Amino acid sequence: MSDADRSIDDRGTDAGDKTELERAGDVETAGPGNDFDPVQVFPESEEMDLRPGADDCYKCSTCDTSCPVAEVDDEFPGPKFQGPEQWRLKRQEDHDIDETVMKCSNCMRCDGACPSDVPLSQMHNTARGEYVQKEMSKLSVEYWRNRTLANYRRLAPLAATFPRTSNFVMGLGPVRWLGEKLFGVTSEREFPEFATETFRAWWAKRGGTETSRRRAKAARAERGEEGSEKRIAYFHGCYANYNTPEVAKALVRVYEHFGYEVMVPEQRCSGTPMFANGMLEDARRAAETNVDELATAIEEGADVVASCSSCSMSLRQEYPELFDLEGVDDVAANTWDAVEYLQVHEDLTGELEETSVEGVAGMEDFAYHAPCHARNQGLAGQTREVLEPIDGVEVHDVGDSCSGISGTYGWKEEHYDTSMKIGEEMFEHMEAADAEAGLTECPTCSMQMGHGTGYEITHTLEVLEAALVGDGSDGGGARPDR
Amino acid sequence: MAIEDDVLVIGGGIAGATAALSAADEGADVRLVTHKESTLRNASGLIDVLGYLPSDDADGASEGPLVDPFAAIPDLPETHPYRTVGVEAVREALSFFDGILGDAYHGAHTDDNALVPTQGGSVKPTARYPRSSAAGLASDPRDALLVGFETLPTFEGPLAAAHLEAAGVPFQARGVTLSFPGIVRDDAKVTRYAHLLDQDEAVSRDGTGAREALAAAVQPHLEGEERVGFPAVLGDEHPDEVRAALEAHLGVDVFEVPMGPPSLPGLRLEDRLYAALEAAGVEVRSGVPVVDYESDGDDGRIDRVVVDRNGAEIPHRADQYVLATGGLVGKGVESNRERVIEPIFDCHVPHATDRYDWFSEDAFGEHPFARFGVVPDGELRPRDGSGNVEFENLRAAGAVLGGYDYAAEKSGAGVSIATGYVAGRHAAARSTDARARVATNDEVTPQ
Ligand SMILES: Cc1cc2nc3c(=O)[nH]c(=O)nc-3n(C[C@H](O)[C@H](O)[C@H](O)COP(=O)(O)OP(=O)(O)OC[C@H]3O[C@@H](n4cnc5c(N)ncnc54)[C@H](O)[C@@H]3O)c2cc1C
Ligand code: SF4
Ligand code: SF4
Repeated sequence: MSDADRSIDDRGTDAGDKTELERAGDVETAGPGNDFDPVQVFPESEEMDLRPGADDCYKCSTCDTSCPVAEVDDEFPGPKFQGPEQWRLKRQEDHDIDETVMKCSNCMRCDGACPSDVPLSQMHNTARGEYVQKEMSKLSVEYWRNRTLANYRRLAPLAATFPRTSNFVMGLGPVRWLGEKLFGVTSEREFPEFATETFRAWWAKRGGTETSRRRAKAARAERGEEGSEKRIAYFHGCYANYNTPEVAKALVRVYEHFGYEVMVPEQRCSGTPMFANGMLEDARRAAETNVDELATAIEEGADVVASCSSCSMSLRQEYPELFDLEGVDDVAANTWDAVEYLQVHEDLTGELEETSVEGVAGMEDFAYHAPCHARNQGLAGQTREVLEPIDGVEVHDVGDSCSGISGTYGWKEEHYDTSMKIGEEMFEHMEAADAEAGLTECPTCSMQMGHGTGYEITHTLEVLEAALVGDGSDGGGARPDR
Repeated sequence: MAIEDDVLVIGGGIAGATAALSAADEGADVRLVTHKESTLRNASGLIDVLGYLPSDDADGASEGPLVDPFAAIPDLPETHPYRTVGVEAVREALSFFDGILGDAYHGAHTDDNALVPTQGGSVKPTARYPRSSAAGLASDPRDALLVGFETLPTFEGPLAAAHLEAAGVPFQARGVTLSFPGIVRDDAKVTRYAHLLDQDEAVSRDGTGAREALAAAVQPHLEGEERVGFPAVLGDEHPDEVRAALEAHLGVDVFEVPMGPPSLPGLRLEDRLYAALEAAGVEVRSGVPVVDYESDGDDGRIDRVVVDRNGAEIPHRADQYVLATGGLVGKGVESNRERVIEPIFDCHVPHATDRYDWFSEDAFGEHPFARFGVVPDGELRPRDGSGNVEFENLRAAGAVLGGYDYAAEKSGAGVSIATGYVAGRHAAARSTDARARVATNDEVTPQ
């Protein structure tokens, strides 16, 4: 049996040079010691140098077992092929990027699987970028559909200006049918509703950073933390701004409760949907703004927190992997998941021990799904652990299956079925769990959970808000606005 | 504020999971942090304790297969981890593990190794085997049909059958190769086969489900055999249901032949362990590596370890630590051109100074590198070059330990379970001690 295989890795300096050790065992070089440097993909460098990464693959196929698309789609060759193998093939002049790379949903599960630290998702992102750039017709419906989906942020302001009209029009059957026929956006899904007031509009109306500073100071005084300065820069992303401002407001209130002054820097889309659609140029432009703004906030003493797990993933991992921007590593190192940050910097458990959400409607039993992008950041069990001390709330983890929607992926007509097949296990587990409501940190997972089960879906921060500051319908939380 | 627990286990393989479960079983608050998926996905899912004794000569020829692995433990070299923990602890650990596995595994009724046919048609001595392989044992006299699939070249039914017969099994084995209904890709993933069967997806126009279609494809090839063996792809979420459906359609027993990497039985074992961890209240965090530690002054204790999250350093503090980061594959032991290292705590890993002495000339010989790892004391605390304990509150378990060669001995899971169990027990006991000490100190401290 194969357990006779004895792999050994070598932290040698030269990845191409086989050592005697390897010749003896006939294994390939592997190991993070061949320090794998993030490479600049655009615009200067035409060639992606992922050689050390490709060489690290010893073909164990572990990554293939964690790929949710390969599990349900017979045509998808899997992460090992899309990554290291395709990279090698492509080195031969006449080999184009295989179009199946567009079937990858960018869930990044393969990254967490590879025992040899092969940068799979980076390989997929670069391959996808190259495929779109070189092989996809810029006149095709697919290209424009993908570009529109990826740049949802650009349409959102329009829709948000006329939220009621937009919600009405998007909801119309014929519009959805036309969307599918002409544009390849599935008619199976309900478009997300636009909020009548964006988060940023609320924030400005509330008095922006000034108000936050005042409230944070008052909270610190009450907590006996005078003299200390606590400050965060909130990366809200598009969805919390346009569609679920209640999540963003919850974050503000929870942080202010702990005495943090909240800053809300200028920002653009995190780029997640653009990576997934191979629109690396668009993503790079967005990244430039984001890194610039966030680096400035960091200089002003803030740490960056995000409420969406794909946004934090993007700032922490994809930016430094793909773009060589000034300050990019600094931003990555100082960006946190919003709940994780509190868990590390505050006595969150202690604070929550006295609290209760008993009697708050819709906050009793949750079926919790950890988004892939939270899982990859080591946050899978966090929500269950954090909410545990709160009285009246029960969190049932529905296991490690992928929800299947993966951002824009499940919106495409051609991927809808795959997306629902992947989600089936999660739906089954949600229905088997002792709960009629869902809980997650990712906006698109939340769409999929709602779509597959009809449950209302809540964000962890909303539960924390309910426990710590009560119902914040006055715009300022339960604390009197001083 | 750091994240705080009684016991922190680093590494989520079979050793780390066992250590965490064993410590939690003793009442400790336990957290487990692991970087990547464990080598369980590569392993067969069989729980090997000891199949062969290591040889004394350099050509690697070993004694075995062993009938009773426990009886053979005293014959192992003194530095072997089984000798360190002792045969009684190995037994205790296995019965603890049996409790976790429930009826999903067989073999606990006897000390003797079971003989399980493997994908190449050889027979492997193993201590515990999954229920799905139970009908396939080589000691069972019933004739067997082995079914392989055209799109799954790693298992060839006819070849495996021929090898089994050549190995002298007490029954007739015959093999066929069929096409798997619903799969066309040459290199479809094992999870794809499993998913089709799990969900019983329609694989033909008339809506026939994958389970029935597979049985229908096999039926005409049965020539009176009382059992049918398939490569281990029969479901991931619902393997029992899948097997039961096939048995009902075919009217004979169905079993799985364990496969090499990537392995569904290994994945299922991993799922089972993680479910047990959740049930035991162990907090599991995966996807992030532990990269460093800090110690408080020079009292020889680890104060906290640092988890790296893309550059953000997250402190995790515990009273006791268990190092279960695996061997050269799991990345618990690494080598460069100068030396072999344990990368987190830089614990001492003995090795020859000349790296030409790290391996044997013969590719299949006894390679010293196969035994590289940290050297523990009786409580499994790693020791430095002069034999002193490196850290008072650090224990090591599994493949990060030196002194054994799991591949040659067929002892991988067994050593991980035995040392994980012992490390977890000691860690919990020490941390309870510590808590008790704090409590009594509080009482006697004058106000
Ligand atoms: C290909 C192959 C086939 C095998 N087949 C069998 C078999 O059939 N039967 C059998 O009994 N044994 C088999 N084995 C051996 C068996 O899998 C191992 O001996 C045993 O499982 C080792 O377990 P472990 O928990 O010590 O290490 P591992 O399973 O290697 O787990 C180590 C874990 O630690 C994590 N880790 C490493 N560094 C860090 C860090 N810095 N921070 C956080 N986490 C970290 C890793 O990501 C990994 O999850 C096989 C091994 C291989 C490689
Ligand atoms: S990112 Fe997800 S879908 Fe894409 S190859 Fe990796 S595991 Fe598969
Ligand atoms: S898990 Fe890593 S080493 Fe294994 S096949 Fe995939 S990329 Fe290669």
